[in-house]
Amino acid sequence: MPIEKFKILESECVPLQAENVDTDQIIPARFLKATTREGFGDNLFRDWSFDKNGNRKNDFILNNPRFSGKILVAGRNFGSGSSREHAAWAIYDYGFRVVISSFFADIFKNNALNNGLLPVQVSDEFLTTIFLQISENPKTKIRVDLQTQEITLLSNGQKENFLISHYKKECLLNGYDDIDYLVNLKDEITEFEKKHH
Amino acid sequence: MKAKTLFDKIWDSHVVSSIPEGPDVLYIDKHLIHEVTSPQAFTGLEQRNLSVFRPGKTVATADHNVPTQNQHLPIQDELSRLQVQTLIDNCKNHSIKLYGLNHPYNGIVHVIGPELGLTQPGMTIVCGDSHTSTHGAFGNIAFGIGTSEVEMVMASQCVLQAKPKKMKITIDGNLDKAVSSKDIILYIISKISASGGTGYFIEFAGSAITSLSMESRMTVCNMSIEMGARGGLIAPDFTTYEYLKGREFSPEAENWDHALAEWKELKSDKNALFDKEWNFNAEDIRPMITYGTNPGMGMSITGNIPQLNFITEESRASFQKSLNYMGFEPGSELIGKKVDYVFVGSCTNGRIEDIRAFTNMVKGRKKANWITAWIVPGSKKVEKQAKEEGLESILNDAGFELRQPGCSACLAMNDDKIPEGKYSVSTSNRNFEGRQGPGARTLLASPLTAAAAAVTGKITDPSDLI
Ligand code: SF4
Repeated sequence: MPIEKFKILESECVPLQAENVDTDQIIPARFLKATTREGFGDNLFRDWSFDKNGNRKNDFILNNPRFSGKILVAGRNFGSGSSREHAAWAIYDYGFRVVISSFFADIFKNNALNNGLLPVQVSDEFLTTIFLQISENPKTKIRVDLQTQEITLLSNGQKENFLISHYKKECLLNGYDDIDYLVNLKDEITEFEKKHH
Repeated sequence: MKAKTLFDKIWDSHVVSSIPEGPDVLYIDKHLIHEVTSPQAFTGLEQRNLSVFRPGKTVATADHNVPTQNQHLPIQDELSRLQVQTLIDNCKNHSIKLYGLNHPYNGIVHVIGPELGLTQPGMTIVCGDSHTSTHGAFGNIAFGIGTSEVEMVMASQCVLQAKPKKMKITIDGNLDKAVSSKDIILYIISKISASGGTGYFIEFAGSAITSLSMESRMTVCNMSIEMGARGGLIAPDFTTYEYLKGREFSPEAENWDHALAEWKELKSDKNALFDKEWNFNAEDIRPMITYGTNPGMGMSITGNIPQLNFITEESRASFQKSLNYMGFEPGSELIGKKVDYVFVGSCTNGRIEDIRAFTNMVKGRKKANWITAWIVPGSKKVEKQAKEEGLESILNDAGFELRQPGCSACLAMNDDKIPEGKYSVSTSNRNFEGRQGPGARTLLASPLTAAAAAVTGKITDPSDLI
């Protein structure tokens, strides 16, 4: 499906100060029984967010009313583990549009980009600064500009550039998706098949 | 001509076109699908009014979400039943070959591909499952993809993919009797960390690798994803050809000769450059066990969990959180620690060789009475072979039962869940929090170490029982 266009986002953030957040934490396997894409947001970080009786755990960051916004800030090596795209769906469905970390797992990064969720990789130092600023002021805002590939901490003006493949950037800016692209290539693919075996 | 790695050779020969400053359009020879990550892809396809472009290149199985007992009965859990039924319907509507529940070829997708000869050297193989890397043991490019990419392959038999960097890991030397390929890979991950391979595709080489059986090679490649790598591969050799000869979908007669000639070309050129290289010594590897909540947190089974001052300052909080979850103290040892569950199975260690190794060690011994053990074959064929070889009756005599195939407690989508707070020595591949059930505490190990735990009820060095 066409993805939502992304240009500039200015938002407060939710700081998830943990390393190696794997896809089993983002969305546990028992919630993968659905055959549609909707509704995964309710179970985002399920076992961190709820106790076993289904009550919200107040000490978990998503349940802390001081933090809100469309940007999730997480520790190093975010999204490792399973290829389940449900992880990206859950984060998006919950309302996030950007995930900031100093390191992302490969498959997660692809899955996120394919769903209009922008992974922004920053340096370890910048990540530490972001966490610090948010802890000092939960209303700290961050601006993510995809066109200029710039992320700015609005509280102190500190900036960093982030990388994204030119192709993926165009897709996000314009809301294109890969399948349209590939389907238009069918003749070329058929030609390739003839040569390939 | 420039020297090329095996990975380059296979990749480059599958590039249909390249997007300037973007990914390659990579042609896929074999697409494997299962019930959990395919339904939304089929829906997407239908919403676009597309059909599956090359249905003959896709094979389906039901594995993630199936019970491992009473498979002849309707699936009890309603959502699971619906998911499996959706796969049946989708495969029927799109003319895709399905090896569903109770089919003699059914099993975990990464177990059946190789054992049916669907997996062959030189191919590109994808599946909506990260452990697709398993197939790389046959010298091909195999990697896990997300559901949007599953839809891409259905729509065009291609994925858009940026070419990863290349890493070579060489392990030379002889392995001790108590050390298996699971220990090799846990050892490597403990050295280079759970993210040390991110961005890379790995070629495994060296005498400790080439001396392994195909089953053992698959265990190594299977877990390359656990260091963050897209996949791992091993150049095909005589062991590979022997394994594939005569399998259901292996080439036959003159096609076999033709394929063999091609497969023999599949190796990295002598001077091929890798972006990163690691060398390890097989003699340094002992039976391994994990103590934390990612596969990089592993150690020799007789070792001690690291003290906090060995952990970098930024990682200390995560490390401590992980140990809290596991109920372990920094600096402590695990040997002799009581465990509750033993799980043998998964696409990492659910093949016949694994069931054999486990059975040989428990033979003539008895399961510790407080242990709950789930021995889950990776496929119908493995189950059948275990029965034919008499492994099942040895297991029964020792107090174990052989269940029916599926992913089972590897991801605990079905009823095979480890209860909260319980310790599970598991031959699967992930010890993430809650992976085997909410609150479950997983210790990853080899089938031999699992067997030693199953009969003693404690974490035990398998060397002591050999
Ligand atoms: S056994 Fe585990 S890792 Fe393997 S395919 Fe099944 S769920 Fe995935």
